[in-house]
Amino acid sequence: MTARSIRGTAAAILAGALALAAAACTNPGSTAGASGGPKDSAVVGIAYEPETLSPLLGYGKDGNSKIFDGLLAFDADMKLKPALAVKLPHVSADGLTYTYTLREDVTFSDGAPFTAKDVVYTYRTILDPKTNNASRTELDAVKKVEAVGDDTVVFTLKYPYAPFAERTVHAIAPEHVAAKQDVNTGAFTTKPIGTGPYVLTGWSKGEKLSFKANPTYWDGAPAVKKFTMAVVKDDDVRATRLRAGDLDGAILPPNLAAGFKDDKGRKTYAAKTYDYRTVTLPTHHPVTGDTAVRRALDIAVDRQAMVDKILEGAGKPAYGPVPTDSPWFAKGTERRHDLAGAQKILDEAGWKPGPDGIRVKNGVRAEFPLWYLSGDKLRQDHALAYASDAKKAGVDIRTQAGTWEVIEPRMKTDAVLAGGGSPGDPDFDQYLLLKSTLAGDGFNNMAWYDNTTVDRALEDGRRTNEPAERRAAYDTVQRELAKNPGYTFLTHIDHLYVVDDSWGGLSTQTEPHDHGLASGPWWNVEAWKPTSTGAAQK
Amino acid sequence: MKRRLPWGAMARMTGRRALAAVPVLLAVTFAVFAVAAASPFDPVKAYAGTAGLTASQENLDQLRANLGADQPLLTRWWEWLTSAVTGDLGDSSVMRRPVAEVITERLGWSVLLAVTAFLIAIVLGTLLGVLAGRRRGGLLDRAVSSAAYTLEAAPAFWLGLLAIWFFALELGVLPAGGLTDTASDTVTAGQVARHLVLPAFVLGISQLPWFFLYVRQGVGDALDEDPVRGARARGLRERTVLTGHALRSGMLPMLTLVGSRVPELITGALLVETVFSWPGIAAATVQAATSVDFPLLAALTVLATAAVLLGNLVSDLLYGLADPRVGFDG
Repeated sequence: MTARSIRGTAAAILAGALALAAAACTNPGSTAGASGGPKDSAVVGIAYEPETLSPLLGYGKDGNSKIFDGLLAFDADMKLKPALAVKLPHVSADGLTYTYTLREDVTFSDGAPFTAKDVVYTYRTILDPKTNNASRTELDAVKKVEAVGDDTVVFTLKYPYAPFAERTVHAIAPEHVAAKQDVNTGAFTTKPIGTGPYVLTGWSKGEKLSFKANPTYWDGAPAVKKFTMAVVKDDDVRATRLRAGDLDGAILPPNLAAGFKDDKGRKTYAAKTYDYRTVTLPTHHPVTGDTAVRRALDIAVDRQAMVDKILEGAGKPAYGPVPTDSPWFAKGTERRHDLAGAQKILDEAGWKPGPDGIRVKNGVRAEFPLWYLSGDKLRQDHALAYASDAKKAGVDIRTQAGTWEVIEPRMKTDAVLAGGGSPGDPDFDQYLLLKSTLAGDGFNNMAWYDNTTVDRALEDGRRTNEPAERRAAYDTVQRELAKNPGYTFLTHIDHLYVVDDSWGGLSTQTEPHDHGLASGPWWNVEAWKPTSTGAAQK
Repeated sequence: MKRRLPWGAMARMTGRRALAAVPVLLAVTFAVFAVAAASPFDPVKAYAGTAGLTASQENLDQLRANLGADQPLLTRWWEWLTSAVTGDLGDSSVMRRPVAEVITERLGWSVLLAVTAFLIAIVLGTLLGVLAGRRRGGLLDRAVSSAAYTLEAAPAFWLGLLAIWFFALELGVLPAGGLTDTASDTVTAGQVARHLVLPAFVLGISQLPWFFLYVRQGVGDALDEDPVRGARARGLRERTVLTGHALRSGMLPMLTLVGSRVPELITGALLVETVFSWPGIAAATVQAATSVDFPLLAALTVLATAAVLLGNLVSDLLYGLADPRVGFDG
């Protein structure tokens, strides 16, 4: 190779790069114009991306999917309303049979009609052990599901399960598409076809999901014709892109949402949630297993300070899995922050302060480890605040960070800063958290809580459909939790969303711990009506 | 005089390297399986995600069996290897799709980003390096050199945030992320080109200091060498001296650099893709690793290893071409 040819190559590379750079720079101004946006489209920023869009693998299990419908759906107040069923189910007197009558005018987005066969297929496939569905346990009560003709589906349960109707918000998959492929890895897991208000037009993993309105939606075509969910994992980038006008709305942590407070063109929505943070107090640890210690910690902790300082006001104190503003909350079970009271309880139980201020009883030092998920700032802050409150009462808590792999084997004896919460029915959280037979079953009943009164009340609560009896049962559970708290519940956390102020009447649903795609003010984007202002461009 | 390219020697070297790559790739895939199996991460928990936090043990055990996560390490590796040889790369548990699909869908975008960034780094780095090397200690040299040292220390992630803030937020001239306009469904060349500018420049700029510093040093040294001084003494024009003598020997070290920067480029792309929501393969790699998604992880590692080996081969070939004394012996 001569010097001449090297020069030639270099020149060619340079020319190529310049051409590319020039091509890349054409038309640079056009994004700026997009900030106003045509009024029939919306772009929102989300932090988490679903792994799959197949209902058979768990997508849309809590209802409110944009692509699919369930037999029933939740309204803004989390009350059940009919969706693919024409009315709420008929429940047999023994609570074991649920009968649904289906709509007749519904088609999937590929034009095929929706029938009872699709419902049966969806539930049977989920219950099949070969299907890799991690939420299968939620349908544990189902014994069998059968179609009667084209428009009736009958579920038969193994045991009476009062909140079962709330499980039937589960998204329904089309049998004629999904049954023809591998349920775990087939194309349907990423290219779904459903009956919902939106049709998925593209899913570029790691970047965005795009939807267009389903013009033949049975409940009326949505006004927002195009809807895009941009996947932006980093909180700061999401806030920046929102500010740049690239996004119309986004979920933000409290500190970043605060930056938009004075923004005239945007509004902040705080969604009430069932999302709690709690400390497990394992029965199998000599200190946390002592009811006196549990009760003392329960009142030694300053929940309001956590809400004010850690959550910047976006949340409320929690005394159990049920939020204080839920209709299921047992009034009067709130606990006041009472350090003196806590010290008195410990004194009376024989926990006497040692030389270093930490209490000791029968040679056992009042100390235990508290694990939190590493990298989760919110949990870390909660854990540190809890440890500092406990220290004032003479209990020494050593906080430690770890991944679930590290934490899980220790859950039987070590305390964990846990989170969870699913709205809908009080059974969903309480049964899994408190039932003694579920102790150590996966992540259920992490604290190995064991209380016969609570066990009985939990069974009563799910076996009867009588509202008054159910209320009494869950009141009992909450009062028992005040007497013998197996967990120290700390806060319920609001989820914050900042959205352009160009749509009217936005609302939020009560949200679960999970940030699903359906969370946020766009839970009902199909019902959004654009306001007339700002309807320029395009 | 025209000299023919030594095709035969080049082909032989390529062949030898390809043969040597086989045991390397085998060892790497086995290492991936071994490390992943020894890691504290649990593939079942990763697969279940938040649903796993309320799943019963029975449900989780069933998942473990379905995913084959209860198989011993050797069995899993052998099964993966034998089916990979026949072209079946298996199914990715984290993406819920066949591995081949996941890779074909994303690889192109990563390659586009990395190649563009690489060109930017090489071209700008060389250009600035030559200019700075010509007048070492000059104004341009001092300015660019100190900038290069600063850039060397600056994380690509931070550069990305800075670029978004300045070009997307303050100036509003370039999109802040994604492959196409967020509200758009169709992937057009114009949109991709515009969205490519920031990530490619950030990635390119983060690689630039190495090329710049190498070329600057090489050119500067070459200008002090005897042949150059001789050329100058013979009264050749400065431009001829620079391009004909100094640049040629000054560029040599950079050719090796091209190969050795490939791994760095891959890790840099990872961060840049995350910041700019670029739908490339990098994000999938992280997910595959933390989810112990064996099939995807193994396929991606083979790809990355192959890219590094290929990078080294290319830089050795170029070096051999540029300096016949080195030859093609590998």
